[in-house]
Amino acid sequence: MTAGPRTLFEKVWRDHVVAGGGELPSTLYVDLHLVHEVTSPQAFDLLRERGLEVRRPNQTFATMDHSTPTLPAGADGRFPILDPTARRQLDRLVENCAAFGVPLAPLGDPRRGIVHVIGPELGLTQPGMTIACGDSHSSTHGAFGAVAFGIGTTEVANVLATQTTLYRRPRTFEVRIDGRLQPHVSAKDLILAVIADIGTEGGTGHVFEYRGEAVRALDMEQRMTLCNMSIEAGARAGMVAPDDTTYEYLSRRPYAPSGRAWQEVVAGWRRLPSDDGARFDAGVSLDASRLEPMITYGTSPGMAVPVRQPVPEAGSIADAHRRETFERAVRYMGIEPGKPLLGRAIDVVFVGSCTNGRISDLREVARVLAGRKVADGVKMLIVPGSQSVKSQAEAEGLAEVFLSAGAEWRESGCSLCLAMNGDRVEPGQYAVSTTNRNFEGRQGAGARTFLASPATAAASAVHGRIADVRELEAGR
Amino acid sequence: MSRLEPFTELVSRVVPVPSENVDTDRIVPARFLTTTGRRGLGRALFADWRVGPDGAPNPDCPLDLEIHRGARILLAGHNFGCGSSREHAAWALVDAGFRVVVSTRLADIFRGNALRNGLLAAEVERAAYERLLERVRRDPAVELAVSLERRELRLADGDPESFEVDGFARQCMLKGVDQLGYLLEQLDEIAAWEAAHPPRVDTRSLPSTA
Repeated sequence: MTAGPRTLFEKVWRDHVVAGGGELPSTLYVDLHLVHEVTSPQAFDLLRERGLEVRRPNQTFATMDHSTPTLPAGADGRFPILDPTARRQLDRLVENCAAFGVPLAPLGDPRRGIVHVIGPELGLTQPGMTIACGDSHSSTHGAFGAVAFGIGTTEVANVLATQTTLYRRPRTFEVRIDGRLQPHVSAKDLILAVIADIGTEGGTGHVFEYRGEAVRALDMEQRMTLCNMSIEAGARAGMVAPDDTTYEYLSRRPYAPSGRAWQEVVAGWRRLPSDDGARFDAGVSLDASRLEPMITYGTSPGMAVPVRQPVPEAGSIADAHRRETFERAVRYMGIEPGKPLLGRAIDVVFVGSCTNGRISDLREVARVLAGRKVADGVKMLIVPGSQSVKSQAEAEGLAEVFLSAGAEWRESGCSLCLAMNGDRVEPGQYAVSTTNRNFEGRQGAGARTFLASPATAAASAVHGRIADVRELEAGR
Repeated sequence: MSRLEPFTELVSRVVPVPSENVDTDRIVPARFLTTTGRRGLGRALFADWRVGPDGAPNPDCPLDLEIHRGARILLAGHNFGCGSSREHAAWALVDAGFRVVVSTRLADIFRGNALRNGLLAAEVERAAYERLLERVRRDPAVELAVSLERRELRLADGDPESFEVDGFARQCMLKGVDQLGYLLEQLDEIAAWEAAHPPRVDTRSLPSTA
């Protein structure tokens, strides 16, 4: 165990084990704990019940994102929170953070945004760290070479009180992606193809490391999209080794070290990538150059096909339980097996979320929408991932493109990704969404979701139908 | 809730939910997540499955069938509990009276959340799952005995089926202790670790740039 080549994950893991291992779970130190309003109130209550403090408020950061309104504050400065329980939950976070000394970016704070967008953009997320958050998409932060995982609320309490969590060491899984992505094919298409390949539980018990030429060529925001959806393949976390792209992104971020300290940390980070000859417990390999824009057809992110290809037929599924699940999914979605989705009419297009709500995603959408209109009868909602992304999009003129095209441009938050803030898709409606989950009712009871890239979402908004962005852009 | 009720043996009827990949959004839809408490989520359990869009009870959902009333064991399809990390899914099952979820595989975060709330997450081989499912479908009133001590499931008239459960979580459940108490006993080791590893970030330092 001591000698021999090690993987990125093994290096970070071993750096953080305080105690345990073997028969016992490991007591793992958490460098950074991110907190939001939905999964924390009961955790703070657990601390109160036992008379405990937050052990390291200076390694904890809270934001509001899940239940926040995406409409701006009124002239009176009040935010339009219509649901009194949502308001109570937001108030509780303010009270809890004040009582326990936890830094918070509340409504109105320019640092506020989706927890997995602001961690990286503030420079809180750094290579080699362990990061925990009461949200399954915490895997996003792995794009920086951190071990970042989602936890439940009882674990949130454990981390608040002890800055550690009990964890069984996961196994390692190499996701090797060689070749280069074709034009209009993005990291979102890549991860949908990975999940379709290995299945929604293919990664259970494992931590992914995304490697290969295609991964090295991705910018940080695309790497975040990739790692973000690791959980949709069942993995505990996803990681990309840090490199110059990572350091370039992080340098001069508000909470990142600077000056001499910066030089020192970067020297340490350069030792993190997996050693040559390091062994993974499992693996899969894909050729990026063969990928096309992807779209999901069912109620699980693994139910995805290239946008021009037909949806599978039940007859092609041998396993009885899997076939039953497939049949239930196509019934819910109201689609025809054996036919492609291309050209199917849609009602809503949503751009945003911790998967695809960053500035590069919005630039991609603006490129497609420029000089075009959202089709009649289609509602397009564009929700930036953070207030900082919002200001940048406005400064770059993207917001103007969205508004001239007829889209709605909102305040940042999770919004239609999980529809708990009042934004929702109506029963039976079809939405093309840049989010991460197409589960039954995810975007509202009875809502039907097609997951896709920002470019595919924008092209579909223009057509009012599921579209192939390559075809639309070829006509420019 | 500093202590959990110890779990030793249990005998109950079984509710089958054989769909694969039942995600935590289905177990508890997001609109119920604005709660700040842990109790009362039983009403949210499978809320959009138990009742159709017209507000009428859904006959396809076995949860509210008279025969299953008071059942404490859920027999769930492969990869049950996938998706969101919301602990509300475990809280809702416990609030609705469940103490055991049996499946061929439970999603990682859900499995941990369940065990931390005294909800036994028991994983069985595919063949054992099929035998149990077949029997429960044929005879919905059949009772299943669960022994955590022996890691065993036994139908009234059948052979025992063994199940897997995390060894540490099993000990915690048998004794009715939780993880926080265990971690608090390690505060000296945690302090020693911290002394040797300065914090990597200070979230209370003001940003150097706007």
